[in-house]
Parts: sequence; structure tokens; C-alpha cells
Amino acid sequence: MSAVYGGASLLLLIVSVGFCVSIGSAGLSVSDVWGILLHEATGISIGGPWPSSDVAIVIQLRLSRVVLALLVGACLAAAGAGFQGVLRNPLADPYTLGVASGSSVGAAFIILFGFQSLIGLWTIPIVAFATGAATLFAVFALARSKGVMAIETLILAGVIVQSFFGAFVSFMVSMSQGVVNQILYWLMGSLALRSWDHTYMLLPFALIGIPIMIYHSHRLNLFAYGERHAAHLGVHVERTKLIVLVGATLLTAAAVSVSGVIGFVGLVVPHLLRLLVGSDYRRLVPLSAIGGGIFVLWADTLARTALSPREIQLGVVTAIIGAPFFALLLYRHKSGRGGIKT
Amino acid sequence: MIETKRLGRTIDGTAILNDITVAFSKPGMYGIIGPNGAGKTTLLRLLSGVDRPTEGEVLLDGKPISAIARKQLARTVAVVQQGGLPPVGYSVRDTVALGRYPYQGWFGDEKEDAGPLIDEALLRMELMHLSDRRLDSLSGGERQRVALAQMMVQNPRVMLLDEPTTYLDIGFQLQLLDIVLEWQRERGMIVIAVLHDLNLASLYCDEMIVMKNGMMYASGSPKQIVTSELVRSVYGAEADVIEHPDGGAPQIVLRRSGAKRSTPQWMDHEVKQTIMG
Repeated sequence: MSAVYGGASLLLLIVSVGFCVSIGSAGLSVSDVWGILLHEATGISIGGPWPSSDVAIVIQLRLSRVVLALLVGACLAAAGAGFQGVLRNPLADPYTLGVASGSSVGAAFIILFGFQSLIGLWTIPIVAFATGAATLFAVFALARSKGVMAIETLILAGVIVQSFFGAFVSFMVSMSQGVVNQILYWLMGSLALRSWDHTYMLLPFALIGIPIMIYHSHRLNLFAYGERHAAHLGVHVERTKLIVLVGATLLTAAAVSVSGVIGFVGLVVPHLLRLLVGSDYRRLVPLSAIGGGIFVLWADTLARTALSPREIQLGVVTAIIGAPFFALLLYRHKSGRGGIKT
Repeated sequence: MIETKRLGRTIDGTAILNDITVAFSKPGMYGIIGPNGAGKTTLLRLLSGVDRPTEGEVLLDGKPISAIARKQLARTVAVVQQGGLPPVGYSVRDTVALGRYPYQGWFGDEKEDAGPLIDEALLRMELMHLSDRRLDSLSGGERQRVALAQMMVQNPRVMLLDEPTTYLDIGFQLQLLDIVLEWQRERGMIVIAVLHDLNLASLYCDEMIVMKNGMMYASGSPKQIVTSELVRSVYGAEADVIEHPDGGAPQIVLRRSGAKRSTPQWMDHEVKQTIMG
């Protein structure tokens, strides 16, 4: 069964990449795009030669953007599945918990005031992680009452923190030399004008964070029965919780560092997959990473082509899909129909 | 064997449990009884090794329980909590299979196939026909049976049950305790159960421990423990004791008049003398 799901999702991934890399506003034909890709990958020329501007469009713009979309989506969806599992909260994701906004404060501060190279290439994600983790801590403190965190209260705390930090980021942009457009970028995320450098910045975090989530996925299954019961069955609860929360925050911070805040990916993708493959986190976490990549890739393709040559913010696309979905989850949770539970 | 040495737990300056020294050395059914707030659940949670005592320690086969790795501990000690398993979206079979967790590698792989073991537990708990149903579609009694089946595949030597019969109707209460007793005798386990119902405890337990105000008040066989005096001094209720027609286990019959809420101090002392010798 798992092999079937894995195979199907990889196939969908390949088809999606093939499709999304082929369309765009530059007016290149599909055969040109694939000719260039084949030539760049293997040196074999079918057709061509192509002008170097076309090669640059395919490799530097489209392919890099496709790869970045996959990575951002994978990070956010894996983080979402992790948050949902360890907090036993079906409404939790990097966006609704406020962690994405918290991370954006750190990242925006570093970028807007020019401290990018303070501690090397990974300055932005590391600072974003610090502010993201502090945010998560603050949200927990706000939501916890007598050692218990109610599902809706946690999300309410997340929303409060999120709107505060959103305003704070907007304020920082206004104070800096940046253009007002940048506010939109930080609040509603985008993959426009990114380069391979951003991919290199994100890649190590994805390669560390996602395997951490997968490694702990079996334990998340036991968390569903309550922390105490998980401990009775042999799970080192406090350690697992800390690692998964840190890992999910790290993935969120790294994604936000390159793309701004893109909402609901970590909510929509794991829940859709639950409907398809069930609640076993051993399937859910890896498939969420793949599915998140596909989801953001399509959302971004829509964002850059729907009103071409103008771009829609990527976060606008994911929110238009995600917010009604979130409402549905809330409704189901409240009416206790139990269609989707963690 | 599991034992406690001068065990205590204090939360926010209030002693919930005080100076408990008790040894469960032989296989058997042990019942913990006492009024609400006596510290029964606290004691059980300390015995499980998940909560830590503020004084004293719990020893499992002579080793401090805090020094045993979680997975290793879970192979020896299994727990069914008050209220059983929560109504989650996992199937009965998947839930029972999680009892194998302490024997598994990091991704849920195990050297030997646990399938037959899981089948046996499902069969024994009469859950086979429900095995694909989700927990959130089951009744409380059925979920309690799932919890026991999960514990069965966990294959512990020590079993801790916190009020396993609460919320079950009497038919299921007897069924559940019958299964536990049969299983205990078969595998020679140490079963420690917090029980609310004195008559059930007397009927099924080899030994009983009475808790009151966070202290151990008395311990002994049901015949030694279940007396009118004890019921009066511990619960503040008037009761007569009669013999059960099968085997003669003492059973209480409550009396309506004069349920005294407080007891004079001298009574406590005298009863302790008679019971503990």
C-alpha cells in the first residue's frame, strides 16, 4: 500500500514539474523548454541552438522557481503535519500557530536593515528560527490554562500573535528604505524574483528537518492517544515533543526566509492526505512533504500565469484555497462529526 | 516485583501522597481502594514511572524505576488509564498493534511478525468483528476492551489499571474483571487495580490496600480488610458485611441510617490496631 501511495505521489510530482516548467509568460514553446532542459542536464542537443536569454529563462527563472516552490511546500506541509501530531490539534499549522509570522519578523528585520551576512549564508533562516521559536513559546503561554491547551484557544492565540507581528513587519518595512510592495511580500508571500541562491539557502534545512519529522512520525501515532498513554507505551514524550516542535519551527523559519508568509499549506495538504491515505503519520509525513511541494508548485504556477504578465501574491492563492478549508475543519471539529481527527 | 520506599508526592506545598512503603512481590491481583482524593491514582501514576515522586522511590526488580529507559519499562509495565482510550480516528486493529511499540524499531518494524499476537488479543477480547472500526465509533465499554487488547500485545509483567470498571454497566464490569483475572492467572502477572467498588474488589483481589488522606491506611486479604469498622472509619458509611455465596468473599451491604461523615480519632487508631496487628 505504502509503495503504491509513494509511487503515485512521485508520478504526480514529476508530471506537475513537467507541466509547470513548460508554461509561463515568455512565450517559449514546450519543445524549446524541454530541449533546453535536456541539453543542460545531459549535453544532448535535440533542436536548438537556443539563444542564451532563453536558456537563462528556463534554467535561472523557471526551473529555479519550480524547485524552490517544491522545497517551500515540502517544508511547510511537513511542519504542519508535525505540529498537528505533536499538539494533537487538527487546526495547527505554521500559519495558524503564528510561527510563520514570528519567523517573518526575524527574517524581515535582517533583510530590511542589511544584516544578511552577519553569521554567513544562513543568517536569515537562523534569526527567523529564533523569532519563530520565541513566538511559539509566547503562543503556548497565552493559550495554556492549568496545563491544558484547548484546541480553539491555541489557534486564537496564534491569530492574535500573527496579527501583531504582521503589523510589526509592516511597520519595519515602512521604517526602512524598502518599497511598500515589500509589505505585501512579507504578509502574503511570493516566489517572484528568487534565484538558485535561495534554493541553496533553504535546501539544508529541508534535508535536515523533513527526515527529523519522518523519523518521529511513528511516535506521532502514539501521541494521538494522549501524552500520558504514549509514555506508557514507551515513548520518551518530552524529548519527542521538543524535537518535533523545534524541527517544525526550523522548517517554517527556513521556508519563510525565502518566500515570506504563505498560509494554510501545512493545514490543507496533511488533511487532504488524511482523507486519501488515513491517519498513519508514517505515511502522512513523507506524503505531506511531497504533496506540499506539488500544492505550492501549482499555486505558484497559478500565481504567475493567471493574470500574466502581472503576478498574484502566492499567499493570496493559498489563502483563497486554504481559508475556506480551515473554516470547514473548524466546523467539523465543533459539530463533532469527527470526519477529520488527529 | 515492584515496590515503593517511603514514597511521597507534594504539589504546590500540598502533600498528596505521604510515606508509602509497599511491596508487590508475588504475582496476583492487588486492589487499591479508598475514598475520593485519597491518592489512589497518584500512587498508580508513580508506580507507572511516568510521574516522578517528590520523596522516596519506586523500585522495579530492585532497580529505581527512574533509571529504566522508557521502552524497556513499557515491556514490563503496562497501564490502562481512568476512562480508557480516547475516541480517536484510528482503527481498532491499528490501536491494538501500537501495543507492540516497545518492541519495535524506529519505523515500527519488528523482528518477528506480531500479526498472530494481535489476532489472538482481538479474538480474546471479542473485537475481531470490530477490527476495522474506528475508535471514535465505539462505545466506552468497547474502547475499554481495545485498551486491554493493546495491553495484551504489550505483554507486560506488571499491569496497572485505574478504575477499569467505571462507566461500564455491571455485565461489562464482571466480564472485564473475569478476563483480567484469567489472564493474570495464566501469565503469572502482578495486577494492581484502583477499584471503586468494594464488593468487586473483594471478589477479585488476592490482596487489598486501603488509602486514606494520601497515606496507606491498611492492607491485607479481603477478609481482613472488608469489615464494618473499616467502612465506617474510611468512608464514614454504615455497612454490614456478609459472605459471598461463592467462596465466602466478604461483601458489604450499605445501611441507610446515619452515614457519618467524620470519625473520632480513637476509632482510626483502634481499627488500625485490629487490622494491621
